[in-house]
Amino acid sequence: MNNVSRLKKVLENGEFAVTAECGPPRGADPESVVKKAKLLKNNVDSVNVTDNQTAIVRMSSLAACALIQGMGLDSVLQMVVRDRNRIALQSDILGASALGIRNLLCLSGDHQSFGNQGQAKGVFDLDSIQFVRVAKNMRDEKVILGGDPLSSPPDMFIGATANPFADPIQFRAVRLAKKIEAGADFIQTQCIYNLDRFETWLNMLRERGLTEKTFILGGVTPLKSPGMAKYMNNKVAGIDVPEELIKRMEGVPKDKQRKEGINICVETILRLKEMPGVKGVHIMAIEWEEAVGEIVERSGLLPRPSFD
Amino acid sequence: MIVAEPKPIKELLEMVQDFNKILVIGCKGCVTVCNVGGLKEVGILASTLKIARKKDGREIEVGEHVLERQCDPEYIDEVKDIIDDYDAVISLACGVGPQFLSERYPSARIFPGVNTKFMGGAVEHGVWSERCAGCGQCVIHYFGGLCPIARCSKSLMNGPCGGSSHGKCEISDDVDCIWDIIVRKMMAQGRLDELVKFRPPKSWTTARDGGPRKMVREELVI
Repeated sequence: MNNVSRLKKVLENGEFAVTAECGPPRGADPESVVKKAKLLKNNVDSVNVTDNQTAIVRMSSLAACALIQGMGLDSVLQMVVRDRNRIALQSDILGASALGIRNLLCLSGDHQSFGNQGQAKGVFDLDSIQFVRVAKNMRDEKVILGGDPLSSPPDMFIGATANPFADPIQFRAVRLAKKIEAGADFIQTQCIYNLDRFETWLNMLRERGLTEKTFILGGVTPLKSPGMAKYMNNKVAGIDVPEELIKRMEGVPKDKQRKEGINICVETILRLKEMPGVKGVHIMAIEWEEAVGEIVERSGLLPRPSFD
Repeated sequence: MIVAEPKPIKELLEMVQDFNKILVIGCKGCVTVCNVGGLKEVGILASTLKIARKKDGREIEVGEHVLERQCDPEYIDEVKDIIDDYDAVISLACGVGPQFLSERYPSARIFPGVNTKFMGGAVEHGVWSERCAGCGQCVIHYFGGLCPIARCSKSLMNGPCGGSSHGKCEISDDVDCIWDIIVRKMMAQGRLDELVKFRPPKSWTTARDGGPRKMVREELVI
């Protein structure tokens, strides 16, 4: 297989990139992955596949990525350090590359206490930044951790995450600099609702010249209801939904709330497109992949660039 | 110190339900300091066992003994003349104590009376908190004298993760984000730039991952 990362090509061509998230099923059915991927095809440049997000057991992200690649879509393999030690992480990078997966997103992962396997042992052998460095060294230096050479290096466009809304904010730009230094080619952020704080964070990055050193994709999640807005604000660590957005969602009739959520999402993307240093958007429509096409179209991001 | 908590009395009664002569052995080390296995607690457990079994119509004899330390063969020897008088032993020491007893007295039935929790200390009266994971290669000086291995839920060397919110860890508002504390301390000391440095993967060979651990100090070996 001789794939190249479509996401990398789009970003390096200076196009505003679009990625979207696809959560694998809580079962073994390939059809549900195929169905979600069909909804995203031609609407996005690459599909992120989450890795047992919120520590709930799902189909492996590597397997789901392979299914998606098989449909001719570019995928971003998300891998968390919660469930695998350095042996398994490196092995899966090699396997992913062999299957034609060309993008890797390195994350810590939600703590195991969140999901449906609360009694699990957390691995956390490496942290996410160390994992980025390991992946980069495998690709660029053709070695695994410890220095043993690879017979053939993996071909991966390496990404990491950033949460502009986590604390302490003074350290967020410093930590992102570490991720970039470790080898993050691109960054996908946590969901943005508080654009003012996002801009504060972005300014901190610009001051350090970081927006020129990596491709930053702003994360968005369309709200389905005021309840979801409140839940995300109160219960999900590091997500900040301003009161005015909660009020706005509350202010529309129930049957129009999803529409309003999409409106907010589109407005956010239009703002992001204007911000220097933001090179794309990452749409995390949680169990609502149907919304992605409309969001992308109304944000003026169709058609997606073609390289054929 | 090693911090432990008492096992529920119900669990202990089930453990020793088939025995009628029980020796409760305490320890004057860490478990005395954290009020779980000293002279006082040995007495309380002995009385509780006797009352419970009496209520059950199955009276038992309970002996009480407290050793200087249960992690030292010299003191473990102290019960050699009495241990055979009992059907079972409940050790109120950390996990080391009942094992030293098991090894020294191969025919005795030894039960753990406490759950060993962690290495830490009392942060206020009645509240203990973990400080050390015993990883075998101390690195706290890189982190303002605070340990992210033991105190970060994800043992991040390059934290904090995106789950740090208002100084709290994503797993619970009851858990402080140690990385938040590290960052603030380093800022206060004007040393934030030290945290910019990439900390490479840790070798866990000196931790449990290297297999059961043993330490030999030649200069002390007789």
